[in-house]
Amino acid sequence: MKARVHITLKTGVLDPQGKAVHNALTSLGFEGVEDVRQGKYLELDLNETDAEQARAAVESMCARLLANTVIEDFQIELEDG
Amino acid sequence: MKAAVIIFPGSNRDVDVIDALTAVSGREPALVWHRDTELPDADLIVLPGGFSYGDYLRSGAMAARSPILRTVSARAEAGAAVLGICNGFQILTEAGLLPGVLMANRDLKFVCRDIHLKVEHADTSFTRRYDTGQVIRVPVAHHDGNYFSDPETLARIEGEGQVAFRYCTPEGDIDDAVNPNGSINGIAGVYNEARNVLGLMPHPEDHIDPSQSCSDGRALFESLVEELA
Repeated sequence: MKARVHITLKTGVLDPQGKAVHNALTSLGFEGVEDVRQGKYLELDLNETDAEQARAAVESMCARLLANTVIEDFQIELEDG
Repeated sequence: MKAAVIIFPGSNRDVDVIDALTAVSGREPALVWHRDTELPDADLIVLPGGFSYGDYLRSGAMAARSPILRTVSARAEAGAAVLGICNGFQILTEAGLLPGVLMANRDLKFVCRDIHLKVEHADTSFTRRYDTGQVIRVPVAHHDGNYFSDPETLARIEGEGQVAFRYCTPEGDIDDAVNPNGSINGIAGVYNEARNVLGLMPHPEDHIDPSQSCSDGRALFESLVEELA
């Protein structure tokens, strides 16, 4: 089973990298962008076949290492195969 | 004073702090590799500056999960003094030994220069040789020194006297114009609740002798020697 983990800054946490990317997009002429938030994306290959177990394991991984929950939120997507 | 310095792959200010501890205490610290699980008997445990594990994932994140940190946490809970400088501060927040988090500097630039700090409290093991409100000059050298915490935690650490140092003008005014990284409330260093664990971004170990242009950092080590010797 594959887990896709998206880690994003919580609402209200300043994201200077997202801001810099936004400015660069604007300077390239992309005018329609209202905001940019930068995050992280991880793919985990798991040998677990039970989705519920897999989700619980990945949630624990996020809480203990992959995300810093003081400033970051995480979202987990699971995919068979 | 018996001190131990923890070395991680990517530590690069370890020699600076070893030299400072040796010069001030007259005794060389024990060196402990991050994979070790045992710590020698020590009054003070130091996590030096650097870029442990190449700052992978987040600054300090990998080091905070290394085996030796479990031992450091246990010693801290038992009351040993723990000092984290720069990357050491990042590791202590990631390990949950100190509140808050250190994010990328607000201007996304690596900042490397002398700054001024205001000593918030002179009644701790780390600061007894300073005066409350004293302004000291020490260098910073970091990319991720932007201290942040949620509003509840911030109110708690402000209320409980856990802010150790703030960035200030040479006259001691807390002014955002001299805040080198965007830290909330100008916070440059914090204590844990029991005030036996201190983390700070600046490098007092690099200003301990007049030959370094300034020796304002020396009193921090003298305080520890006086308290722990």
